[in-house]
Amino acid sequence: MKRHWYHYLWIWSVLYFSLGFFNIAFAWLGLISFFLPLIFAIGFGNKAFCNRYCDRGQLLRMLGSQLGFSRRRDMPSWLKSRYFRYGFLVFFLTMFGQIIYTTYLVFAGASSLQEVVTLFWTIRVPWQWAYSAELTPGAAQFAFGLYSLMLTSALIGIITMLLFRPRSWCVYCPMGTMTQLICKAKGDGTIPAEESVSNGKE
Amino acid sequence: MVKARKHAVLDPADCVACGSCVDVCPREAIHIHQGSFARIDVSRCVGCGRCVRECPASIIRLEVQA
Repeated sequence: MKRHWYHYLWIWSVLYFSLGFFNIAFAWLGLISFFLPLIFAIGFGNKAFCNRYCDRGQLLRMLGSQLGFSRRRDMPSWLKSRYFRYGFLVFFLTMFGQIIYTTYLVFAGASSLQEVVTLFWTIRVPWQWAYSAELTPGAAQFAFGLYSLMLTSALIGIITMLLFRPRSWCVYCPMGTMTQLICKAKGDGTIPAEESVSNGKE
Repeated sequence: MVKARKHAVLDPADCVACGSCVDVCPREAIHIHQGSFARIDVSRCVGCGRCVRECPASIIRLEVQA
């Protein structure tokens, strides 16, 4: 198999979580993973970010496929269903909205900074060593929230990588679902007739 | 006598374009068409089934071609 430079983008994932562990200001860099897929989808109408440049996708491929940590079992059909994918997208966006609301409260002085990382939206892990005064409390609150979201989704991705196929996360990834919808909307929402059956002919 | 051989086919409607199949194909028979869904070049496919085992959405299968 030919190796390309983007196969090493998993390094960015490792770097992101390592830097955020020591200094929460680096969590802001997570916004790159939010905006780049949208730029590809809205600007070019494709999912090139997902299949090439996604650092998490490359991390899961490296761990599951290259290092062989994945059991390579079929995902349960409910996890692949459109109901779950769209439901998870709505849930994820709601949680992102909650991060923005909490940030607003801290900015407005109505709430104090919570120096915690919340895993799986419930487990509050103290993370106070990562905060230093160079960030305003509001900016730090957003960073803690974004880091929580990134770490939680990475852990979910790793769990499904171990249990099912290496890139199982990609099936229900909220960014992937969102960009898929954008690409479909940009391309009339249809797959060309000659592609719709088995796409066996080039 | 024509020898039957296997090749991979997929349903692009359910493809999430993750690129897993592209990465494992030893013959470079798969590419992501317009960056949105996988497409298989049957003339290059040798039916090894690596993409079938790798696809997280389980939408690739092997079919016998006469």
